[in-house]
Amino acid sequence: MPVVTEERGGPAQPLLSIRGLTKTFSISGGMFGSGAAQLRAVDRIDFDVLKGETLGVVGESGCGKSTTARVLMQLIAKDDGEILFDGERVGSSALKLKEYRRQVQMVFQDSYSSLNPRLTIEASIAFGPQVHGVPRAQAVARARSLLARVGLEPGRFAERYPHELSGGQRQRVNIARALALEPRLIILDEAVSALDKSVEAQVLNLLLDLKEEFGLTYVFISHDLGVVRFVSDRVMVMYLGQVVEIGEADTLFERPLHPYTAALLSSMPSLDPDRRTEEAPLAGDPPSPIHPPPGCRFHTRCSFAEPICAEREPALYDGGPLQRAACLMLPPGSGHSRAPASMEPAHG
Amino acid sequence: MAVGAEVPALDATVPTTPVAGYWTSVWRRLRRDPVAIAAALVLIAIVLMAIFAPYVAPADPYRSSMLRRLRPMGTPGFPLGSDELGRDMLTRLIYGARLSLFMGVTPVVLAFGIGSAIGIFAGYLGGRINTLVMRTIDVFYAFPSVLLAVALSGALGAGLGNAMLSLTIVFIPPIARVAEAVTTQMRSRDFVEAARASGAGALTIIRVHILGNVLGPIFVYATSLISVSMILASGLSFLGLGTRPPDPEWGLMLNTLRTAIYVQPWVAALPGLMIFITSISFNMLSDGLRSAMDVKQ
Repeated sequence: MPVVTEERGGPAQPLLSIRGLTKTFSISGGMFGSGAAQLRAVDRIDFDVLKGETLGVVGESGCGKSTTARVLMQLIAKDDGEILFDGERVGSSALKLKEYRRQVQMVFQDSYSSLNPRLTIEASIAFGPQVHGVPRAQAVARARSLLARVGLEPGRFAERYPHELSGGQRQRVNIARALALEPRLIILDEAVSALDKSVEAQVLNLLLDLKEEFGLTYVFISHDLGVVRFVSDRVMVMYLGQVVEIGEADTLFERPLHPYTAALLSSMPSLDPDRRTEEAPLAGDPPSPIHPPPGCRFHTRCSFAEPICAEREPALYDGGPLQRAACLMLPPGSGHSRAPASMEPAHG
Repeated sequence: MAVGAEVPALDATVPTTPVAGYWTSVWRRLRRDPVAIAAALVLIAIVLMAIFAPYVAPADPYRSSMLRRLRPMGTPGFPLGSDELGRDMLTRLIYGARLSLFMGVTPVVLAFGIGSAIGIFAGYLGGRINTLVMRTIDVFYAFPSVLLAVALSGALGAGLGNAMLSLTIVFIPPIARVAEAVTTQMRSRDFVEAARASGAGALTIIRVHILGNVLGPIFVYATSLISVSMILASGLSFLGLGTRPPDPEWGLMLNTLRTAIYVQPWVAALPGLMIFITSISFNMLSDGLRSAMDVKQ
């Protein structure tokens, strides 16, 4: 396969830069759908994915994690914002959409639905390279070697159909398919969430091995905090379509800055009986994203909420080395009583 | 947690016997359905009968005899009796299969091609284009099929070609609808998203990923329309809008024999019986196909 783009901006340039990304869905539109409700699934989010890292993305169901993934993959069109891949705007003449899609691949949650039931495993894997002009025989040979690499013996699996495989095996096939295009970035959208715990661990280890071997960068979307902590270098927390906190994984797990992150972390089951959660740290469901609360979106469920939180929308503030959070308790003089005079974190 | 790159034993359970492709498994299930197999055999017999009509038929379908009109069944020389012009019923029923099958199958085949293309593209493209195409289709769909067929045939003028053209137009909307529905359902599946994510264009995705998954259900639906088409074609011939006398065609024979219903009711009912047997066989076969093709997705 011709390698079109090499490293361009050097290792310091983020592989993926997202600026002001917004995706709005119209609810109950229909043919004459004027005045339809607008759902902002992803609302002006900014983040970078650094070269060679694994960025974990966590949040409750419906917080916009999967929409973000699909917009990143350009499977659904963004309404606003910019996606820069290694410094180039996606869709520009320097980086055509098709070329971008060769370099960024995705693994979906549902291992069955993501494989064509009428195609053999090897045909499914070979499809992508063939789209990019690789001759069939060569693409199939490559598919077979990738099958071997993800731990599925080509002689036994290559000509089988998806329904003959187990969930873990199918997800290995999906990983092989993503690798077939020699991408630099792989978006893993709940890629291991549907698997049994034992299989999940095997697939996670495979992903980590592959990352090292092929020099990959991962965006790892999951609702499972334990798994995210295990695989991620940095973690991004989303709430109602916005980024509430982003930072280095261990720091963020040890010392969360945003009350939502803290609540999310305390909902993690613990094996230590002394640290067992007595009551649910977060009550109720998140508010409707059709009518998000004004100001800080979390203030309706936040135990530190003050009147200012309903008025002023927080930006992402620096809250420590490599850690940023969208909470008014962080910036000095924000109007929140817990806002510090120095850069000390408000709580933790 | 370190597990090597080796094949893990835990999820490496796969049947060791080679499993055949999809169509082989459909055939295996269909073979166990006695009703579908019987229907298929009846249809094969009728098709063979139509193809080899000159060798099978005992007489000339056009030779009439004013002296031997409306003989009952079992008359020597006329095993199934004779019609109002003294022609051998058995011979005319055998020859009639040719035109009746042709008029039943051709419009459905044409509508299958056109309707599938419309429905698949509308379903895959979605959005405004889909709405525009499908609402236009719905305008045709709003008319009862018999009324539409008669109206179109009447407007186009009598004749075999026009009758089939009008039947094709009648069958395009329902087939396009089914095609659109199954395509829309397929389009939202992750493997289509994955194909888009690999940079493939719409035509490639439709060819590789959509067609194989939607043509089966559309085909099953289309086979169920063959019986309707045969009945409608017979109806058009009955009304004088399809085939013209003296060509043997079941619908037309039913029409010309209706005046003899009080003289020779059994003979007059024979063309209707043939239409009934053929159309119900197509229905049974398509039912069997439907359940045989219905695998867990």
